[in-house]
Amino acid sequence: MSITPYRVLVGPEGYLPPAAASRGILLPEKGEALIEGAIVPEEEAMQAIATKLLSAKNPFFFPGPQLLWDWKEGVALKAQAVKKLADLAGARVIPMPDYRPKYPMINPAVEINPNHPNLTIWHNKIDVCVFIGVHCHYANMALKIIRGGTSCYTIALCGEAGHEDAMISLCCMGMPELARLTEIIQSMKGEQAA
Amino acid sequence: MSIKVIKPTAAFASLLPTEYLELVADGPYASPKTINDLGTFKEIIAEHPHCAGCGVALGVRLTVASLPAPADTLIVGTAGCSFFGLAQAALNYSCSAFGNQNAVASGLKRMLKIRYPDTDKDVVVLVGDGGIADIGLDLTLHSWFRREKIATIMVDNEVYGNTGGQESGMTQEGQVLNMAPKGKNFAKIPVFELARVSGCVYGARVTVASPKKIGRVVRKAILLAREVGPTYVQIYTPCPTNFKFPPQQTINIAKKAEEGYYSFQEFISDDAQAYWEKNFASSTM
Repeated sequence: MSITPYRVLVGPEGYLPPAAASRGILLPEKGEALIEGAIVPEEEAMQAIATKLLSAKNPFFFPGPQLLWDWKEGVALKAQAVKKLADLAGARVIPMPDYRPKYPMINPAVEINPNHPNLTIWHNKIDVCVFIGVHCHYANMALKIIRGGTSCYTIALCGEAGHEDAMISLCCMGMPELARLTEIIQSMKGEQAA
Repeated sequence: MSIKVIKPTAAFASLLPTEYLELVADGPYASPKTINDLGTFKEIIAEHPHCAGCGVALGVRLTVASLPAPADTLIVGTAGCSFFGLAQAALNYSCSAFGNQNAVASGLKRMLKIRYPDTDKDVVVLVGDGGIADIGLDLTLHSWFRREKIATIMVDNEVYGNTGGQESGMTQEGQVLNMAPKGKNFAKIPVFELARVSGCVYGARVTVASPKKIGRVVRKAILLAREVGPTYVQIYTPCPTNFKFPPQQTINIAKKAEEGYYSFQEFISDDAQAYWEKNFASSTM
């Protein structure tokens, strides 16, 4: 019996999409990454991220609490690097300052919440988004909701093990990896301009 | 937990929503605050979703303003009206499954003691009457039996407010509610008395009509829980929506209750009294 491998594609996949892990998607090792559920070399995923960001109509970065709050040494520098990356990619930034559920509702023009990220995606008509600095369990939940209810292409730049539920996911994202991604976007922009 | 966790990174500070910036600039962390300072700092974001005249919102607000060390305090909550306000407060807040709050708080307190042996970390349970007196009564009592060093504060609106008005164990006998059309047919659960016989070293019963008393008893409960043992504060927080009185009457309703069945009461064990006199006798609060 053959089984078609599950692919993590742009939604809307429908109410309650499965966790990609439950459909056999494995996390990458250091030096690897995920593109739509398939493990690829990290460099290939970085090229794909650059292409997606530079060809997007309305790309956004969603920095999470780990980058928004200056809670330990090195965070401020990383935040600066991420802001530079977003600016270079022509992406706007909407913060995810914390994970508290907000009632009656958040203002989707100025923030995103992991409990209903679709509101921010829909309101701002976002076609490509990048998660960075969001704690993994909340990122997984938000990425799944986005895949379930929107047509937004999701990218996760994860400092830990990566995210199966993102369409492209890097893992072990530190300053060198951020610098490399910035370099790739810079050079791709240069090629486009030429 | 450190004051650093509420300092925005420079790169993204300008992008944070206004209420976060206000909480950072004017929250209760920078210097100790008391009830007397209310109105001069931001203890809860303005757009909380409580009903007009909500006693729970006022109870949460007064409690938050009474914390002796807000930056080193972890509030543990659970489902219910109290959660709506707490989720918006400028505090370390953990929401537990309904009724689990005292068990969660016990674990957190022990973990914080191991992680920060040289710093006082206050763990304060702040939940409604449903969470403490009904769904979490067993876990609450057991945390008291075990003498966990946590302060438990009940904001008692005597009803399940945000689910349409079901009776709770703390509803008064005979009270008619939306979902209790025949009236409640048993008496209010005596949680305050249970606290006294279950190991609490200090307890106080108060209403939102007496803010300064709340300031005093909440601070005392938290400081005693740090060193001596479990403490309990029960605050009457009337609910205009389910008890169908005009929102501007909340304080009057609480005042009337304080003159009757919800009179101010306090108990303290001998060891807690001795500790208090030794360490805080000169305290003005």
